Amino acid sequence: MNAISEKRPFDTVGFLRTWGTTLFLLLLVAVFASQNPRFLSLRNATNILTEVSIYGVIAVGMTFVILTAGVDLAVGSLLAFASIAAAWTVQHLAPGVPQWLVALSVASAIGLGAGFLHGKAITLLNVPAFIVTLGGMTVWRGATLILNDGGPIAGFDDGYRWWGTGAIMGVPVPVVIFAVVALIGHVTLRHTRYGRQVYAVGGNAEAARLSGIDVRAVIVSVYAIVGFLAGLSGFLLSARLGSSEAVAGGNYELRVIASVVIGGASLAGGSGSIRGTLIGALLIGVLSNGLVIMHVSSYFQQVVIGLIIVAAVAFDSYTKSHRGKV
Amino acid sequence: MALLDIADITKRFPGVIALDGARLSVEAGEVHALLGENGAGKSTLLKILSGAQPCDSGRLSFAGAELDARDTPVRRQDAGIVTIYQEFNLQPFLTVAENMYLGREPLRLGLIDWARLRRDARAVLDSLGLDLDPDTEVRRLSVAEQQMVEIARAMTLNARLIIMDEPTAALSNREVDILHRIIRTLKDRNVAVIYVTHRLREVKAVCDGYTVLRDGRFVASGRVADIEIDGMVRLMVGRDVEFLKRPSHKAAGEVVLKLEGIGRKRGSNEARGTTLTDIGFEVRSGEIVGLAGLVGAGRTELARIVFGAEGKDSGTIWLDGKALKVTSPCDALAAGIALVPEDRKQQGCFLGHSIRHNLSLPSLRRLSRWGVFVDEGAEKRLVEDYRRKLNIKMANDGVAIGTLSGGNQQKVLLARCMALSPKVLIVDEPTRGIDVGAKADVHQVLFDLAATGVAVIVISSELPEVMAVSDRIVVFREGRVTGVLENNGVDEETLMGLMTSSVAA
Repeated sequence: MNAISEKRPFDTVGFLRTWGTTLFLLLLVAVFASQNPRFLSLRNATNILTEVSIYGVIAVGMTFVILTAGVDLAVGSLLAFASIAAAWTVQHLAPGVPQWLVALSVASAIGLGAGFLHGKAITLLNVPAFIVTLGGMTVWRGATLILNDGGPIAGFDDGYRWWGTGAIMGVPVPVVIFAVVALIGHVTLRHTRYGRQVYAVGGNAEAARLSGIDVRAVIVSVYAIVGFLAGLSGFLLSARLGSSEAVAGGNYELRVIASVVIGGASLAGGSGSIRGTLIGALLIGVLSNGLVIMHVSSYFQQVVIGLIIVAAVAFDSYTKSHRGKV
Repeated sequence: MALLDIADITKRFPGVIALDGARLSVEAGEVHALLGENGAGKSTLLKILSGAQPCDSGRLSFAGAELDARDTPVRRQDAGIVTIYQEFNLQPFLTVAENMYLGREPLRLGLIDWARLRRDARAVLDSLGLDLDPDTEVRRLSVAEQQMVEIARAMTLNARLIIMDEPTAALSNREVDILHRIIRTLKDRNVAVIYVTHRLREVKAVCDGYTVLRDGRFVASGRVADIEIDGMVRLMVGRDVEFLKRPSHKAAGEVVLKLEGIGRKRGSNEARGTTLTDIGFEVRSGEIVGLAGLVGAGRTELARIVFGAEGKDSGTIWLDGKALKVTSPCDALAAGIALVPEDRKQQGCFLGHSIRHNLSLPSLRRLSRWGVFVDEGAEKRLVEDYRRKLNIKMANDGVAIGTLSGGNQQKVLLARCMALSPKVLIVDEPTRGIDVGAKADVHQVLFDLAATGVAVIVISSELPEVMAVSDRIVVFREGRVTGVLENNGVDEETLMGLMTSSVAA
């Protein structure tokens, strides 16, 4: 049988939908590099990637949450609480065990537990995720301040610091961890039964229930995942800074949610990807770093990032409504 | 001269002619029943009258003037035609008085004149003999009281014709009596009412004239006093059966599903919908049982209870002779009961997701390595298999299901259930809103499934469909079973009678 290849007109909107954010990211890199050669230096690039990795880890988890049409505003506070609780444990308890092992376990366990609680509150009490995690945001920040009277905890050994400042074959440890987390997230969403269930719950919760999916269990699980990753991120941040600060992770929730949304996920649930989130997180990282290098004030940066979030979503909804019409 | 006189109304939707030369004439101060089966075109006609949809062609005159077919609902209201839909158009957090004058509040110095608003509302309520406090928030009212607010609101609009769509569907008997009293008050004030209902006794009780539609066409009209209920039924039904009959087949096997004394009160377990009372029947292997009834008769509720999507208060579900406990659809699917839900878009499809993901979702455990990683090769083969079996028309399995026609969407949902090899398959309104060819395809699928020994339950509000596909028919009325009939030689009028209470069960 002879297949006749039909020449189709180029689908501009479809192309931009898939690659628009990536193109914009490349454009930004080109602009910043042309303005200041230091931008593309190995040191600066490493710096950007490490910064991105700390919140990028959480953004992977937030992708799961947003795919189910939820949101988690508590991740920044939870990060701080997990990190300070881990440092506190290292200082007060468990002598003889490697510091990093104690801190990593405590931070992840606290994150996982807190996330599980958020999920249970949402499904059992029937309170919207926005409200539960808005409450969580305040609760965990308050708990952080209580735990060490608002002060930082410092004095970690080299084994601990390695997780934030060390490198594996020249690649900073946080970047390696981010890459591993992103890969696991990607495989989970794209190639596992659980991933399909996450998409299904966000795509149409009632249809998911009638398809035999335990919708509540899926919802609890995504908050546990993002909580766990917030704990992990708190550990990495404290290892990088050499101290756990009560104010750490301020505004992280916004940066993380922005990464996912710029990456093309719909807040209505059911659509989005880890690949998109990766690009979104990088875009925010490149933008913040590039604006600093170009000596734009930090106040102005906030304005720019805010505008880009709105523009990204506006672009998304424009291309959605014009799909196939151009 | 008639107050409302419309004729030659035609309305086409893609693939369907909803109205084909319909006509209707209503006198001032007359209560006029608009009758017809589900799908006869009543709703479309109401939408054309209320201005919600334009008609393709036809003549509409009201109070001696021609109406513009493209009028908006607001223009029609201003002209004096007010429609009260089954879902009320009230603002739950506003008071009775605020709702009655919404958007037309009396002003004083540019601000709302609250005293006058209350006074005016009170006067209108009193004139209709309604005992309602104008200051009550609407959400605190019962359904019947909300309906009264709608009627009072219509009066503030100086309505000369009020259209009521199934006004008694959610009312108790006592509330129906009150509504009828209000309707008589309207009549005394020379207001005309178009009364759409399936309850023919109410037509005899409150209506003066009637018009019957069938398949979008005008069938008959006359004075209610000149016709009995069975005469109306005869006019409503009696069309050619356009469905394929189930071909001859071997006798049904063992009883697979047996329902005994299933009951559930409206409101218990957060349940909405109809109260079910003592429902029981059996379905055998290889048998197709049709559930006939009007919309709201409790068939969907029963299906959802058997499928574990809603709870029950009493009764037992027996599957293969063993009492079955289902608390979620997950349990039901594991036990071998599958459901294709009533509302394809809201309850069935993941519209933005691919056909493949839609079809395979409940079967993924079987299609995954170690129950975790989806074997996409096996998944694609499954989809391809059903594409051929069910003749699903699609470019490829990665296309979003939302881009398919209704018929093809329905086939994907059927395939989703078939892939689970269920013992019992329940399909709720399997051919609603899909074209004739796809209807025949869907029926053929059901026949084939029954031939392999599946016990099939078909819920349909189209009687000809139930009569064509079923071996046995279970008739529902207001949450009860009013008859279980072998489908040989049953006529539509008998069924309609059992569905509408015009003859003793």
